[in-house]
Amino acid sequence: MTDILKPESEAALAEVIATAETPLRITGVGTRGTTSGLTGQQLSTSGMSGVTLYEPGALTLVARAGTSVAEIEALLAEKKQRLAFEPMDHRGLMGTTGEPTIGGIVAANVSGPRRVAVGACRDHLLGVRFVDGRGKVIKNGGRVMKNVTGYDLVKLMAGSFGTLGVLTEVSLKVLPEVEARAVLLINGLSVADAVAAMSRALGSPYEVSGAAHTPSGLDGHPVTMLRVEGFAESVAYRAKALQKLLAELGESQIEDDPARTKAGWNWVRNVEAFHGSQGDVWRVSCKPSDAPRLAEEAGGEALLDWGGGLLWVQLPEGTDLRARLSSYDGHATLVRASAKTRDALSVFEPQNEILTRMAQGLRDRFDPKQIFNTGLMG
Amino acid sequence: MQMPQPNQDVLGRKSRIVALLAEALPEGAVIHDENETRAYECDALTAYKCPPMCVALPTCTEEVAAVLRICSENNVPVVPRGAGTSLAGGALPTADCVILGVARMNEVLETDYDNRFIRVQTGRTNLSVSGAVEENGFFYAPDPSSQLACAIAGNIAMNSGGAHCLKYGVTTNNLLGVKLVTMEGEIVEIGGAHMDAAGLDLLGLICGSEGQLGVVTEATLRILHKPEGARPVLIGFDSNEVAGACVSDIIQAGILPVAIEFMDRPCIRAVEKFAKAGYPDCEALLIVEVEGSDAEIDHQLGLIKDIASAHNPVEFRESGSAEESAAIWLGRKSAFGAMGQINDYMCLDGTIPVSELPLVLGRIRELSQGYGLEVANVFHAGDGNMHPLILFNANKDGDLEKCEALGADILRLCVEVGGCLTGEHGVGVEKRDLMTSQYTADDLEAQLLVKDVFDPKWLLNAAKVFPLEVTQSRRSA
Repeated sequence: MTDILKPESEAALAEVIATAETPLRITGVGTRGTTSGLTGQQLSTSGMSGVTLYEPGALTLVARAGTSVAEIEALLAEKKQRLAFEPMDHRGLMGTTGEPTIGGIVAANVSGPRRVAVGACRDHLLGVRFVDGRGKVIKNGGRVMKNVTGYDLVKLMAGSFGTLGVLTEVSLKVLPEVEARAVLLINGLSVADAVAAMSRALGSPYEVSGAAHTPSGLDGHPVTMLRVEGFAESVAYRAKALQKLLAELGESQIEDDPARTKAGWNWVRNVEAFHGSQGDVWRVSCKPSDAPRLAEEAGGEALLDWGGGLLWVQLPEGTDLRARLSSYDGHATLVRASAKTRDALSVFEPQNEILTRMAQGLRDRFDPKQIFNTGLMG
Repeated sequence: MQMPQPNQDVLGRKSRIVALLAEALPEGAVIHDENETRAYECDALTAYKCPPMCVALPTCTEEVAAVLRICSENNVPVVPRGAGTSLAGGALPTADCVILGVARMNEVLETDYDNRFIRVQTGRTNLSVSGAVEENGFFYAPDPSSQLACAIAGNIAMNSGGAHCLKYGVTTNNLLGVKLVTMEGEIVEIGGAHMDAAGLDLLGLICGSEGQLGVVTEATLRILHKPEGARPVLIGFDSNEVAGACVSDIIQAGILPVAIEFMDRPCIRAVEKFAKAGYPDCEALLIVEVEGSDAEIDHQLGLIKDIASAHNPVEFRESGSAEESAAIWLGRKSAFGAMGQINDYMCLDGTIPVSELPLVLGRIRELSQGYGLEVANVFHAGDGNMHPLILFNANKDGDLEKCEALGADILRLCVEVGGCLTGEHGVGVEKRDLMTSQYTADDLEAQLLVKDVFDPKWLLNAAKVFPLEVTQSRRSA
C-alpha cells in the first residue's frame, strides 16, 4: 500500500481505475496537502507529463496533468506569455516540497490576486480530459476560447479536487506578459477603510489587477496594496489616477520597481504572512463589504485579498472558525490543519440539503465505486 | 430535423393540466387557446415551428416552482423560455409541452456598487441590466447581438457571448450566483455575491446547460465600471490570410482589444449596399476597438498601426470622432440585417483556433462553390468564433436542406481543425445531431449522467442538445 501508483499514460491510468476496488488518494505531487489525511492508496498524475501543444498566436497551451507549473511558466516566459490567473504556490504555507503540477492547480481551482481582474483558474480552463470512476476516458471543452457545445464539465472538473475523475490533460488560455506594473501603497488604514479604498479602486475605470490589505505588514503596520499592470505609460497614468481618486482616504506611495512589486504580490499570493507559523489557516470567500466584520469575529491574524472578497485567517489549532462567524454570503475552507482537526471540522463548509444531494448525485455517477478521495468533499 | 412523437397521454390530459396550472398562477398567466399558443411556436430559429400544448407565465420564483412541481407530478414535458431569441432552437416547443416563460419576471432586486454586482430576475433583458447601472457609470459586460431583446435567463442557459467577450469573458465568467428551481419544484441558491461558489462548481455546470438542468429565476451578475473611452479602427486587407495573420500579431503583442471583428468580401459588399458605411471594397476587413483614456487609446492604436503596417493594409482608418466611430461600427452592426435584405440566411457559430483562420476560410470557399450557395463571413476574430452566413432561398424546393448540409460540413470542418460546433449560440435542436462529430459515446454519456442527477425523468427541454437516438432510452423510461 505504500507504493505510489504513477501511471505513465491515460490508458494505463484508465486500467488502474477500472480494476481498483479500494479507495485511491489522488494527487499531483501533493504540495497542497489536500488529500494527505485521507485513507487509500496514493495515485499520482506526475507520470503523465509534458506540454502537448503550445500556440502563442492563439494564446493556448495544452499540457498533460502531471506537467509541472514551473515547466509551463518557463515555456510561456520564452514567448513573453503567462498564466494570468496567477496560481498560488502552496508549498511555503503547507510546508511541503516538490513541483506543483498543472493538474493539481486545476483540480483545486487555484487562483491568485489577479482573480479580481481576470477570473479564476476555471475561467482560463478551455478543456479537460479525465478518467472517471468507471475507468472511462472523458473529454470536454477543447482548445478554443469560446465553446458552448454541450454541458460545461470543464468548470465542474475545476475545483472538484479529484472527486469526480482523475485529470489527464488540461487546455488553458494564456495571456501576454505585461510590460510594466505599479503598486499603490497606503499605510495605516483600518480594515474597514481598506475595504472601502479597495472597493473604490476596483469600481473605477483604472483596471486594478490586485487589491490586498494586511493589518500588520512587514514593519507591523497596516498596508493596503493596489496593483495596475499593462503598457508603461498607461500604468503610470492609472497609478496616478488612483492616487487622486483615493487621496481623501490617506497618503499613498507608488512603487514600480519590478522586483519589489513582484515580491510583494508573491507575498500576498502565497500567504507568506503565515509561513512557518503555528496554527490552522482558513480561507474565507465572502462579499468584500462583509470582510471587516468577519475578520473581527474570526479573531486571530487576517490577510485580505481580492479587495476583501478573500480572507485568510490564522487561528489556534482546532478552533472552529465557522462557529465564530455570524451569517454571511460565502463559505470557509480549512486549508492548513492537522489530520485530526480536518476530521473534526471538515475541510469544506457543509452545504444545504439540496446542494449536498446534487453533489452526491454527481459523485455517485462519476465515481460509482466511491474510490476517489473518499470523504474529502462529503 | 426530427422531434420526438408527442406524448398522447399528456395531450389527452391537457384540460386537467391547464386547470392545475391556472389554479397555481395569477389570472391570465396560462395560455392554452390554440391561436394564442402559436405566438410561442418558435424562437429565432424560424425554420422550425411547433405550437406548445400550453404556456405558463409566472411572475415569481414560487410560481415557477409551482409550475414545475405540477409538471413533474404529472409527467409533463417543460420547455423553458427567456425572450425567445435563440438562434439554435433552444426554446422550440414540442406539441406536448408546457412553455415556461420568465418574461414577466424582470425586476432589479439589488444593486451593490461597493461589491460590484446586480441581482435581477432573469426575464430582464440583457441591455436593461446595463441600463439599470448606467447612470452610476457601470455596465454588464456580455453583449450578445440580440441584447436589446434577449433575456438573462437565455443568456445563462446558452452561456452567451458577444463582441466584447475578448476582453471581458462570456456569461459564465460574469455570473456570480443563481436561484435555481429544479424540475421537482425545489428552490435552491447556488453561489451569491461572493466570488467563488462553495463545493463543486454547480454554477459553472448550470450556465450553458440549455435549460435542461433547472430553471434559473434570479441571477447575481458582476458589473464593471465603464472605461474612460473607446475607439475603433478599420483595417482593410487584400487577403484573408494576411488579415488572419494581423489578428494573431495584435493578440500576441500584448494589446488586449475589447473587440476584433472580421468581415470577408461577400459580407463587405452586401453591407455596403445596405448600410453605405463607406467600407473599402477589399478581401477582408478588421474592426479593432481599444479602451482607456485618450492617451492610452492613442498608444494602443499606435501599436496596432505598426503591426498592421507590416502586413501592407489597403486601408487603415482611425476614428477621429464619435460620428466616425459609429460609421466604422455601422456596417458590422447591420451585417445580419443586410444579409436578410438580399436573402434568407442561416447563421453558424463554430469556433476554431485563431491560427486556423486562413485555412478554414479557404475551405469554406471551396465548400460554398461545391454546394452552389454563397457564404458570407462576419465574426469575432480575436477568439476564433466564426459566424458564416449561408445564403439560400427558403421558397426554393430543397434549398433549406442543401443549406443545412453545407452548414453541417462547415461545422464538422471547425471540429476537424481543433475547434467546436458552437461558440456562443448553443446546440439547441440545430446542432444536436452533430454532437457525435465532436464527442465520443463516452463523452456524451458523461453529460447525460449529469442530466440524470438534475432531471431524472428527463422532462426538461429533453429533445435538445443530444441526438435523439442517444437519449431515446432515457426519455421514454
